[in-house]
Amino acid sequence: MNSEANLTRPAKVLVTKIGLDGHDRGSRIVAAALRDAGLEVVYTAPWQEIPTVAKLAMEEDVDVIGVSSLATDHLLVPKLMKELHKAGLDYVKVIVGGIVPDNEEQDLLDAGVARVFHPGSDMADIVGTVQMLAGEAQNDTARQL
Amino acid sequence: MTTAGLSEAGQRLVEKILEGQPAALSRAMTEVENETGHAAALLAAVQKATGRAVTIGITGPPGAGKSTLVNALIGEYRQAGKTVGVIAVDPSSPLSGGAILGDRIRMAEHSHDPGVFVRSFASRGHLGGLSRTAGRVIDLMDAAGWDIILIETVGAGQSEVEVADIAAIKLVVSAPGLGDDIQAIKAGILEIADILVVNKCDQPLAEQTKRSLKAMLKLKQSGSQDIPVLGTVATTSEGLAELVSEIALQDEKQRRGDNLVDRKPRIRRNLAEAVGQLAKDRLRQNQSADIDALIVALESGETDYLAAAEAVLDGGQTNREIAATRLEKKTGS
Ligand SMILES: Nc1nc2c(ncn2[C@@H]2O[C@H](COP(=O)(O)OP(=O)(O)OP(=O)(O)O)[C@@H](O)[C@H]2O)c(=O)[nH]1
Ligand SMILES: [Mg+2]
Repeated sequence: MNSEANLTRPAKVLVTKIGLDGHDRGSRIVAAALRDAGLEVVYTAPWQEIPTVAKLAMEEDVDVIGVSSLATDHLLVPKLMKELHKAGLDYVKVIVGGIVPDNEEQDLLDAGVARVFHPGSDMADIVGTVQMLAGEAQNDTARQL
Repeated sequence: MTTAGLSEAGQRLVEKILEGQPAALSRAMTEVENETGHAAALLAAVQKATGRAVTIGITGPPGAGKSTLVNALIGEYRQAGKTVGVIAVDPSSPLSGGAILGDRIRMAEHSHDPGVFVRSFASRGHLGGLSRTAGRVIDLMDAAGWDIILIETVGAGQSEVEVADIAAIKLVVSAPGLGDDIQAIKAGILEIADILVVNKCDQPLAEQTKRSLKAMLKLKQSGSQDIPVLGTVATTSEGLAELVSEIALQDEKQRRGDNLVDRKPRIRRNLAEAVGQLAKDRLRQNQSADIDALIVALESGETDYLAAAEAVLDGGQTNREIAATRLEKKTGS
Protein backbone atom coordinates (compact mmCIF):
# COMPACT_ATOMS: atom_id res chain seq x y z
CA MET A 1 0.00 0.00 0.00
CA ASN A 2 2.91 2.27 0.86
CA SER A 3 4.56 1.99 -2.52
CA GLU A 4 1.29 2.81 -4.22
CA ALA A 5 0.90 5.81 -1.95
CA ASN A 6 4.16 7.40 -3.14
CA LEU A 7 5.01 8.92 0.24
CA THR A 8 8.26 10.88 0.53
CA ARG A 9 8.08 10.97 4.35
CA PRO A 10 5.76 9.67 7.09
CA ALA A 11 2.25 10.84 6.31
CA LYS A 12 0.99 13.50 8.72
CA VAL A 13 -2.73 13.68 9.38
CA LEU A 14 -4.91 15.99 11.44
CA VAL A 15 -7.88 14.19 12.96
CA THR A 16 -10.43 16.65 14.24
CA LYS A 17 -14.02 17.45 14.94
CA ILE A 18 -15.69 20.70 14.10
CA GLY A 19 -19.02 22.02 15.22
CA LEU A 20 -21.00 21.18 18.31
CA ASP A 21 -20.94 17.42 18.49
CA GLY A 22 -18.58 16.27 21.23
CA HIS A 23 -18.52 12.51 20.71
CA ASP A 24 -15.06 11.53 19.62
CA ARG A 25 -15.08 7.74 19.90
CA GLY A 26 -15.10 7.26 16.15
CA SER A 27 -12.24 9.64 15.52
CA ARG A 28 -10.20 8.01 18.28
CA ILE A 29 -10.58 4.61 16.63
CA VAL A 30 -9.58 5.98 13.23
CA ALA A 31 -6.60 7.83 14.77
CA ALA A 32 -5.38 4.62 16.40
CA ALA A 33 -5.74 2.67 13.15
CA LEU A 34 -3.75 5.32 11.29
CA ARG A 35 -1.01 5.23 13.91
CA ASP A 36 -0.90 1.44 13.68
CA ALA A 37 -0.38 1.79 9.93
CA GLY A 38 2.65 4.03 10.53
CA LEU A 39 1.07 7.46 10.10
CA GLU A 40 1.69 10.44 12.37
CA VAL A 41 -1.63 11.68 13.68
CA VAL A 42 -2.20 15.07 15.28
CA TYR A 43 -5.18 14.71 17.52
CA THR A 44 -7.22 17.70 18.65
CA ALA A 45 -9.93 18.31 21.19
CA PRO A 46 -13.48 18.40 19.76
CA TRP A 47 -15.37 21.65 19.04
CA GLN A 48 -12.67 23.19 16.90
CA GLU A 49 -13.61 26.38 15.13
CA ILE A 50 -13.06 26.45 11.38
CA PRO A 51 -10.32 29.12 11.31
CA THR A 52 -8.53 27.24 14.09
CA VAL A 53 -8.52 24.02 12.07
CA ALA A 54 -6.88 25.87 9.19
CA LYS A 55 -4.29 27.35 11.56
CA LEU A 56 -3.59 23.90 13.03
CA ALA A 57 -3.13 22.43 9.56
CA MET A 58 -0.69 25.23 8.71
CA GLU A 59 1.36 24.91 11.92
CA GLU A 60 1.56 21.14 11.74
CA ASP A 61 2.09 21.10 7.95
CA VAL A 62 -0.24 18.14 7.59
CA ASP A 63 -0.97 16.27 4.38
CA VAL A 64 -4.53 15.23 5.16
CA ILE A 65 -7.34 16.45 7.44
CA GLY A 66 -9.89 13.91 8.61
CA VAL A 67 -13.08 15.53 9.84
CA SER A 68 -15.33 13.38 11.94
CA SER A 69 -18.99 14.33 11.81
CA LEU A 70 -21.90 12.71 13.59
CA ALA A 71 -24.69 15.23 13.56
CA THR A 72 -24.87 18.07 11.09
CA ASP A 73 -21.24 19.09 11.41
CA HIS A 74 -20.47 18.10 7.85
CA LEU A 75 -22.46 21.12 6.71
CA LEU A 76 -19.56 23.23 8.01
CA VAL A 77 -17.00 21.45 5.83
CA PRO A 78 -17.44 23.67 2.73
CA LYS A 79 -16.55 26.59 5.02
CA LEU A 80 -13.41 24.75 6.04
CA MET A 81 -12.47 24.25 2.38
CA LYS A 82 -12.77 28.02 1.82
CA GLU A 83 -10.69 28.73 4.91
CA LEU A 84 -7.95 26.34 3.74
CA HIS A 85 -7.93 28.04 0.36
CA LYS A 86 -7.62 31.44 2.03
CA ALA A 87 -4.64 30.16 4.02
CA GLY A 88 -2.93 28.90 0.87
CA LEU A 89 -3.42 25.28 1.88
CA ASP A 90 -5.13 23.99 -1.27
CA TYR A 91 -2.82 20.98 -1.39
CA VAL A 92 -4.16 19.62 1.92
CA LYS A 93 -6.60 16.75 1.26
CA VAL A 94 -9.79 16.62 3.31
CA ILE A 95 -11.84 13.54 4.07
CA VAL A 96 -15.07 13.40 6.06
CA GLY A 97 -16.13 10.43 8.14
CA GLY A 98 -19.50 9.88 9.79
CA ILE A 99 -23.16 10.26 9.10
CA VAL A 100 -23.61 12.17 5.88
CA PRO A 101 -26.95 11.86 4.03
CA ASP A 102 -26.48 10.62 0.46
CA ASN A 103 -27.95 13.74 -1.09
CA GLU A 104 -25.47 15.92 0.79
CA GLU A 105 -22.39 13.90 -0.05
CA GLN A 106 -22.17 15.39 -3.55
CA ASP A 107 -22.17 18.90 -2.08
CA LEU A 108 -19.12 18.00 -0.03
CA LEU A 109 -17.32 16.51 -3.02
CA ASP A 110 -18.19 19.61 -5.07
CA ALA A 111 -16.68 21.74 -2.33
CA GLY A 112 -13.38 19.89 -2.76
CA VAL A 113 -13.63 17.09 -0.20
CA ALA A 114 -11.59 14.12 -1.47
CA ARG A 115 -13.71 11.35 -0.03
CA VAL A 116 -16.61 10.69 2.34
CA PHE A 117 -16.63 7.58 4.55
CA HIS A 118 -19.91 6.31 5.92
CA PRO A 119 -20.45 4.34 9.13
CA GLY A 120 -19.26 0.78 8.71
CA SER A 121 -16.55 1.71 6.19
CA ASP A 122 -13.69 -0.75 5.91
CA MET A 123 -10.82 0.50 8.07
CA ALA A 124 -8.22 -0.77 5.59
CA ASP A 125 -9.95 1.30 2.90
CA ILE A 126 -9.82 4.40 5.10
CA VAL A 127 -6.14 3.90 5.94
CA GLY A 128 -5.18 3.15 2.33
CA THR A 129 -7.07 6.19 1.08
CA VAL A 130 -5.42 8.48 3.63
CA GLN A 131 -1.98 7.17 2.65
CA MET A 132 -2.71 7.66 -1.02
CA LEU A 133 -4.00 11.20 -0.49
CA ALA A 134 -1.04 12.04 1.75
CA GLY A 135 1.33 10.94 -1.01
CA GLU A 136 -0.48 13.21 -3.47
CA ALA A 137 -0.33 16.13 -1.03
CA GLN A 138 3.38 15.61 -0.36
CA ASN A 139 4.16 15.65 -4.07
CA ASP A 140 2.04 18.71 -4.86
CA THR A 141 4.19 21.16 -6.82
CA ALA A 142 3.11 24.02 -4.53
CA ARG A 143 5.06 22.39 -1.72
CA GLN A 144 8.36 21.78 -3.49
CA LEU A 145 11.41 23.94 -2.98
CA MET B 1 23.41 37.55 0.94
CA THR B 2 22.68 34.60 -1.25
CA THR B 3 23.15 31.23 0.28
CA ALA B 4 24.90 28.37 -1.38
CA GLY B 5 22.77 25.37 -2.18
CA LEU B 6 19.41 27.10 -2.03
CA SER B 7 17.03 27.29 -4.96
CA GLU B 8 15.25 30.54 -5.66
CA ALA B 9 12.19 29.17 -3.92
CA GLY B 10 14.39 28.23 -0.98
CA GLN B 11 15.79 31.75 -0.72
CA ARG B 12 12.29 33.22 -0.83
CA LEU B 13 11.33 30.81 1.94
CA VAL B 14 14.25 32.01 4.08
CA GLU B 15 13.19 35.63 3.59
CA LYS B 16 9.66 34.79 4.68
CA ILE B 17 10.90 32.87 7.72
CA LEU B 18 13.00 35.83 8.81
CA GLU B 19 10.01 38.14 8.27
CA GLY B 20 8.12 35.94 10.70
CA GLN B 21 5.59 34.33 8.37
CA PRO B 22 4.32 31.25 10.21
CA ALA B 23 3.50 29.24 7.08
CA ALA B 24 7.09 29.61 5.89
CA LEU B 25 8.43 28.48 9.26
CA SER B 26 6.13 25.48 9.16
CA ARG B 27 7.32 24.42 5.70
CA ALA B 28 10.95 24.78 6.66
CA MET B 29 10.33 22.69 9.77
CA THR B 30 9.09 19.88 7.57
CA GLU B 31 12.24 20.04 5.43
CA VAL B 32 14.44 19.96 8.53
CA GLU B 33 12.44 17.28 10.33
CA ASN B 34 12.72 15.01 7.32
CA GLU B 35 16.32 15.98 6.58
CA THR B 36 15.60 16.67 2.94
CA GLY B 37 18.25 17.93 0.54
CA HIS B 38 17.27 21.52 1.39
CA ALA B 39 17.48 21.23 5.18
CA ALA B 40 21.17 21.98 5.71
CA ALA B 41 21.20 25.08 3.47
CA LEU B 42 17.99 26.44 5.03
CA LEU B 43 19.52 26.13 8.49
CA ALA B 44 22.74 27.78 7.46
CA ALA B 45 20.79 30.67 5.98
CA VAL B 46 18.93 31.43 9.22
CA GLN B 47 21.79 30.77 11.66
CA LYS B 48 22.76 34.43 12.09
CA ALA B 49 19.27 35.31 13.27
CA THR B 50 19.27 32.85 16.17
CA GLY B 51 20.15 33.26 19.84
CA ARG B 52 17.45 35.74 20.76
CA ALA B 53 14.68 33.44 21.99
CA VAL B 54 14.35 32.18 25.53
CA THR B 55 14.39 28.40 25.11
CA ILE B 56 12.73 26.44 27.91
CA GLY B 57 12.81 22.64 28.06
CA ILE B 58 10.06 20.87 29.99
CA THR B 59 10.75 17.31 30.94
CA GLY B 60 9.46 14.85 33.51
CA PRO B 61 7.54 11.60 33.91
CA PRO B 62 4.37 10.83 31.92
CA GLY B 63 1.30 12.48 33.37
CA ALA B 64 3.19 14.96 35.57
CA GLY B 65 1.35 17.76 33.81
CA LYS B 66 3.95 18.96 31.31
CA SER B 67 1.48 19.87 28.57
CA THR B 68 -0.86 21.54 31.06
CA LEU B 69 2.09 23.50 32.41
CA VAL B 70 3.04 24.53 28.88
CA ASN B 71 -0.52 25.75 28.43
CA ALA B 72 -0.29 27.78 31.64
CA LEU B 73 3.11 29.22 30.65
CA ILE B 74 1.71 30.26 27.26
CA GLY B 75 -1.00 32.16 29.14
CA GLU B 76 1.53 33.99 31.32
CA TYR B 77 3.83 34.96 28.46
CA ARG B 78 0.96 36.07 26.22
CA GLN B 79 -0.29 38.34 29.00
CA ALA B 80 3.19 39.84 29.12
CA GLY B 81 2.96 40.50 25.38
CA LYS B 82 5.49 37.85 24.31
CA THR B 83 4.98 35.53 21.37
CA VAL B 84 5.28 31.82 22.16
CA GLY B 85 6.40 28.90 20.04
CA VAL B 86 5.90 25.35 21.29
CA ILE B 87 7.65 22.18 20.19
CA ALA B 88 5.86 19.14 21.56
CA VAL B 89 7.43 15.72 21.13
CA ASP B 90 5.42 12.53 21.52
CA PRO B 91 6.72 8.97 21.21
CA SER B 92 6.49 7.01 17.96
CA SER B 93 5.09 3.50 18.22
CA PRO B 94 8.06 1.12 18.09
CA LEU B 95 5.91 -1.37 16.19
CA SER B 96 4.41 0.68 13.38
CA GLY B 97 6.53 3.83 13.46
CA GLY B 98 3.29 5.80 13.62
CA ALA B 99 2.36 8.19 16.41
CA ILE B 100 -0.53 9.97 18.02
CA LEU B 101 0.52 13.52 18.74
CA GLY B 102 -1.85 14.67 21.47
CA ASP B 103 0.03 17.15 23.64
CA ARG B 104 -1.66 20.10 22.00
CA ILE B 105 -5.09 18.97 23.20
CA ARG B 106 -4.14 20.54 26.55
CA MET B 107 -3.15 23.79 24.83
CA ALA B 108 -6.40 24.17 22.90
CA GLU B 109 -7.38 27.45 24.56
CA HIS B 110 -4.49 29.16 22.74
CA SER B 111 -4.80 27.44 19.38
CA HIS B 112 -6.60 30.33 17.67
CA ASP B 113 -4.07 32.91 18.93
CA PRO B 114 -1.76 34.18 16.15
CA GLY B 115 0.86 34.92 18.83
CA VAL B 116 1.16 31.20 19.56
CA PHE B 117 2.63 28.56 17.24
CA VAL B 118 2.45 24.92 18.33
CA ARG B 119 4.14 22.18 16.36
CA SER B 120 4.01 18.47 17.25
CA PHE B 121 6.78 16.00 16.43
CA ALA B 122 7.02 12.25 16.69
CA SER B 123 10.22 10.99 18.31
CA ARG B 124 10.73 8.57 15.37
CA GLY B 125 12.64 6.06 17.43
CA HIS B 126 15.07 8.58 18.85
CA LEU B 127 15.80 8.12 22.55
CA GLY B 128 16.37 10.85 25.09
CA GLY B 129 12.91 12.37 24.99
CA LEU B 130 13.26 14.35 21.77
CA SER B 131 13.20 13.82 18.04
CA ARG B 132 16.61 13.73 16.39
CA THR B 133 16.08 17.01 14.60
CA ALA B 134 14.58 18.95 17.54
CA GLY B 135 17.66 21.13 18.03
CA ARG B 136 17.61 22.23 14.41
CA VAL B 137 13.87 22.88 14.52
CA ILE B 138 14.43 25.18 17.51
CA ASP B 139 16.99 27.11 15.47
CA LEU B 140 14.33 27.77 12.82
CA MET B 141 11.77 28.92 15.37
CA ASP B 142 14.36 31.12 17.08
CA ALA B 143 15.30 32.74 13.76
CA ALA B 144 11.63 33.28 12.92
CA GLY B 145 11.43 35.63 15.88
CA TRP B 146 9.36 33.77 18.48
CA ASP B 147 10.20 35.31 21.86
CA ILE B 148 9.70 32.23 24.01
CA ILE B 149 10.21 28.65 22.84
CA LEU B 150 8.78 25.88 25.02
CA ILE B 151 9.98 22.35 24.30
CA GLU B 152 7.97 19.49 25.80
CA THR B 153 9.83 16.18 25.71
CA VAL B 154 8.54 12.64 25.81
CA GLY B 155 7.97 11.68 29.43
CA ALA B 156 11.11 9.60 29.51
CA GLY B 157 12.38 9.46 33.04
CA GLN B 158 15.64 8.20 31.59
CA SER B 159 19.12 9.43 32.10
CA GLU B 160 19.66 10.38 28.47
CA VAL B 161 18.05 13.74 28.74
CA GLU B 162 19.06 15.56 25.64
CA VAL B 163 16.92 18.57 26.30
CA ALA B 164 19.90 19.75 28.36
CA ASP B 165 21.80 20.47 25.16
CA ILE B 166 19.11 22.29 23.27
CA ALA B 167 17.20 24.34 25.81
CA ALA B 168 18.90 27.09 27.81
CA ILE B 169 16.56 26.67 30.76
CA LYS B 170 15.51 23.22 31.90
CA LEU B 171 12.40 22.59 33.97
CA VAL B 172 12.04 19.14 35.47
CA VAL B 173 8.40 18.56 36.36
CA SER B 174 7.25 16.13 39.00
CA ALA B 175 3.93 15.57 40.73
CA PRO B 176 2.69 13.79 43.83
CA GLY B 177 1.04 10.43 43.35
CA LEU B 178 3.15 9.21 40.44
CA GLY B 179 4.24 6.25 42.46
CA ASP B 180 7.66 6.55 44.03
CA ASP B 181 8.63 10.15 43.35
CA ILE B 182 12.30 9.53 43.83
CA GLN B 183 12.16 6.77 41.25
CA ALA B 184 10.11 8.88 38.86
CA ILE B 185 12.72 11.61 38.96
CA LYS B 186 15.82 9.64 38.23
CA ALA B 187 19.21 10.96 39.17
CA GLY B 188 20.24 11.85 35.63
CA ILE B 189 17.16 13.92 35.05
CA LEU B 190 17.66 15.80 38.29
CA GLU B 191 21.18 16.81 37.36
CA ILE B 192 20.09 18.79 34.33
CA ALA B 193 17.41 20.80 36.15
CA ASP B 194 17.68 24.56 36.44
CA ILE B 195 14.32 24.63 38.17
CA LEU B 196 12.44 21.75 39.77
CA VAL B 197 8.68 22.08 39.50
CA VAL B 198 6.34 20.12 41.72
CA ASN B 199 3.06 20.33 39.85
CA LYS B 200 -0.40 19.30 41.11
CA CYS B 201 0.17 21.10 44.39
CA ASP B 202 -3.59 21.02 44.87
CA GLN B 203 -3.22 17.35 45.67
CA PRO B 204 -2.36 15.80 49.02
CA LEU B 205 1.28 14.77 49.51
CA ALA B 206 2.55 17.68 47.40
CA GLU B 207 4.46 19.08 50.36
CA GLN B 208 6.01 15.70 50.97
CA THR B 209 7.13 15.48 47.33
CA LYS B 210 8.74 18.90 47.60
CA ARG B 211 10.51 17.94 50.80
CA SER B 212 11.91 14.72 49.41
CA LEU B 213 13.16 16.49 46.29
CA LYS B 214 14.92 19.08 48.44
CA ALA B 215 16.44 16.30 50.52
CA MET B 216 17.68 14.63 47.35
CA LEU B 217 19.27 17.86 46.17
CA LYS B 218 21.11 18.20 49.48
CA LEU B 219 22.69 14.79 48.94
CA LYS B 220 24.06 15.87 45.58
CA GLN B 221 27.31 17.72 44.99
CA SER B 222 27.60 21.29 46.20
CA GLY B 223 25.66 23.85 44.27
CA SER B 224 22.61 21.75 43.63
CA GLN B 225 21.00 22.95 46.88
CA ASP B 226 20.58 26.23 45.05
CA ILE B 227 18.29 24.68 42.45
CA PRO B 228 14.90 26.20 43.23
CA VAL B 229 11.98 23.87 43.94
CA LEU B 230 8.71 25.54 43.01
CA GLY B 231 5.14 24.34 43.48
CA THR B 232 2.49 24.85 40.78
CA VAL B 233 -1.09 23.98 39.97
CA ALA B 234 -0.94 24.04 36.18
CA THR B 235 -4.70 23.68 35.84
CA THR B 236 -5.35 26.97 37.69
CA SER B 237 -2.03 28.78 37.02
CA GLU B 238 -1.25 28.90 40.72
CA GLY B 239 2.47 29.43 41.24
CA LEU B 240 2.98 30.39 37.60
CA ALA B 241 4.01 33.98 38.28
CA GLU B 242 6.80 32.75 40.57
CA LEU B 243 7.90 30.22 37.98
CA VAL B 244 8.02 32.85 35.24
CA SER B 245 10.12 35.23 37.35
CA GLU B 246 12.52 32.42 38.27
CA ILE B 247 12.88 31.61 34.55
CA ALA B 248 13.58 35.30 33.86
CA LEU B 249 16.31 35.31 36.53
CA GLN B 250 18.01 32.29 35.03
CA ASP B 251 17.70 33.70 31.53
CA GLU B 252 19.32 36.96 32.59
CA LYS B 253 22.28 35.06 34.06
CA GLN B 254 22.83 33.29 30.77
CA ARG B 255 22.73 36.29 28.43
CA ARG B 256 26.01 37.66 27.16
CA GLY B 257 26.97 41.27 26.65
CA ASP B 258 25.19 41.37 23.29
CA ASN B 259 22.02 40.07 24.99
CA LEU B 260 22.19 36.83 23.01
CA VAL B 261 22.29 33.34 24.44
CA ASP B 262 25.34 31.14 23.95
CA ARG B 263 24.17 28.57 21.44
CA LYS B 264 27.32 26.50 21.42
CA PRO B 265 25.82 23.51 23.30
CA ARG B 266 22.93 23.42 20.81
CA ILE B 267 25.33 23.69 17.89
CA ARG B 268 27.52 20.94 19.33
CA ARG B 269 24.53 18.64 19.58
CA ASN B 270 23.39 19.46 16.06
CA LEU B 271 26.88 18.75 14.79
CA ALA B 272 26.99 15.42 16.64
CA GLU B 273 23.66 14.47 15.04
CA ALA B 274 24.93 15.48 11.60
CA VAL B 275 28.17 13.53 11.97
CA GLY B 276 26.27 10.45 13.15
CA GLN B 277 23.78 10.59 10.31
CA LEU B 278 26.41 11.18 7.66
CA ALA B 279 28.53 8.32 8.97
CA LYS B 280 25.52 5.99 8.89
CA ASP B 281 24.49 7.02 5.39
CA ARG B 282 28.02 6.63 4.05
CA LEU B 283 28.57 3.28 5.70
CA ARG B 284 25.31 1.89 4.41
CA GLN B 285 25.73 3.16 0.87
CA ASN B 286 29.43 3.33 0.18
CA GLN B 287 31.22 0.47 -1.45
CA SER B 288 34.75 1.13 -0.31
CA ALA B 289 37.61 -1.32 -0.02
CA ASP B 290 38.60 0.16 3.33
CA ILE B 291 35.20 -0.41 4.83
CA ASP B 292 35.02 -3.89 3.35
CA ALA B 293 38.36 -4.66 5.01
CA LEU B 294 37.05 -3.43 8.34
CA ILE B 295 33.97 -5.60 8.00
CA VAL B 296 36.13 -8.64 7.34
CA ALA B 297 38.28 -7.74 10.37
CA LEU B 298 35.15 -7.44 12.52
CA GLU B 299 33.78 -10.72 11.24
CA SER B 300 36.93 -12.55 12.20
CA GLY B 301 37.15 -10.89 15.59
CA GLU B 302 40.41 -9.26 14.57
CA THR B 303 39.10 -5.86 15.64
CA ASP B 304 36.20 -4.56 17.74
CA TYR B 305 33.39 -2.14 16.93
CA LEU B 306 34.78 0.78 18.89
CA ALA B 307 38.19 0.53 17.26
CA ALA B 308 36.59 0.07 13.85
CA ALA B 309 34.38 3.14 14.38
CA GLU B 310 37.40 5.20 15.35
CA ALA B 311 39.15 4.00 12.23
CA VAL B 312 36.21 5.06 10.07
CA LEU B 313 36.07 8.54 11.61
CA ASP B 314 39.83 9.05 11.54
CA GLY B 315 40.18 7.96 7.92
CA GLY B 316 43.62 8.61 6.47
CA GLN B 317 45.70 5.45 6.52
CA THR B 318 43.83 2.38 5.48
CA ASN B 319 41.20 1.79 8.07
CA ARG B 320 42.32 -1.74 8.46
CA GLU B 321 45.79 -0.69 9.58
CA ILE B 322 44.42 1.76 12.10
CA ALA B 323 41.96 -0.75 13.43
CA ALA B 324 44.69 -3.29 13.83
CA THR B 325 46.98 -0.89 15.74
CA ARG B 326 44.13 0.23 17.97
CA LEU B 327 43.32 -3.32 18.87
CA GLU B 328 46.96 -4.05 19.64
CA LYS B 329 47.15 -1.04 21.93
CA LYS B 330 43.93 -1.97 23.67
CA THR B 331 44.83 -5.57 24.35
CA GLY B 332 48.08 -4.13 25.67
CA SER B 333 50.56 -6.57 24.23
N1 LIG C 1 -5.10 18.18 39.98
C1 LIG C 1 -4.27 18.59 39.03
N2 LIG C 1 -4.26 17.95 37.84
C2 LIG C 1 -3.39 18.38 36.90
C3 LIG C 1 -2.52 19.46 37.11
N3 LIG C 1 -1.78 19.65 36.01
C4 LIG C 1 -2.17 18.69 35.12
N4 LIG C 1 -3.15 17.93 35.65
C5 LIG C 1 -3.83 16.80 35.03
O1 LIG C 1 -2.91 15.72 34.86
C6 LIG C 1 -3.19 14.99 33.69
C7 LIG C 1 -1.97 14.86 32.81
O2 LIG C 1 -1.61 16.15 32.34
P1 LIG C 1 -0.71 16.38 31.05
O3 LIG C 1 -0.48 17.85 30.97
O4 LIG C 1 -1.30 15.72 29.86
O5 LIG C 1 0.60 15.60 31.48
P2 LIG C 1 1.93 15.34 30.61
O6 LIG C 1 3.06 15.36 31.57
O7 LIG C 1 1.98 16.31 29.49
O8 LIG C 1 1.69 13.87 30.08
P3 LIG C 1 2.43 13.14 28.86
O9 LIG C 1 2.60 14.12 27.73
O10 LIG C 1 1.52 12.02 28.53
O11 LIG C 1 3.76 12.66 29.41
C8 LIG C 1 -4.35 15.70 33.02
O12 LIG C 1 -5.54 15.06 33.34
C9 LIG C 1 -4.30 17.09 33.61
O13 LIG C 1 -5.55 17.73 33.64
C10 LIG C 1 -2.58 20.13 38.38
O14 LIG C 1 -1.85 21.09 38.68
N5 LIG C 1 -3.46 19.64 39.29
MG1 LIG D 1 2.09 15.96 27.40
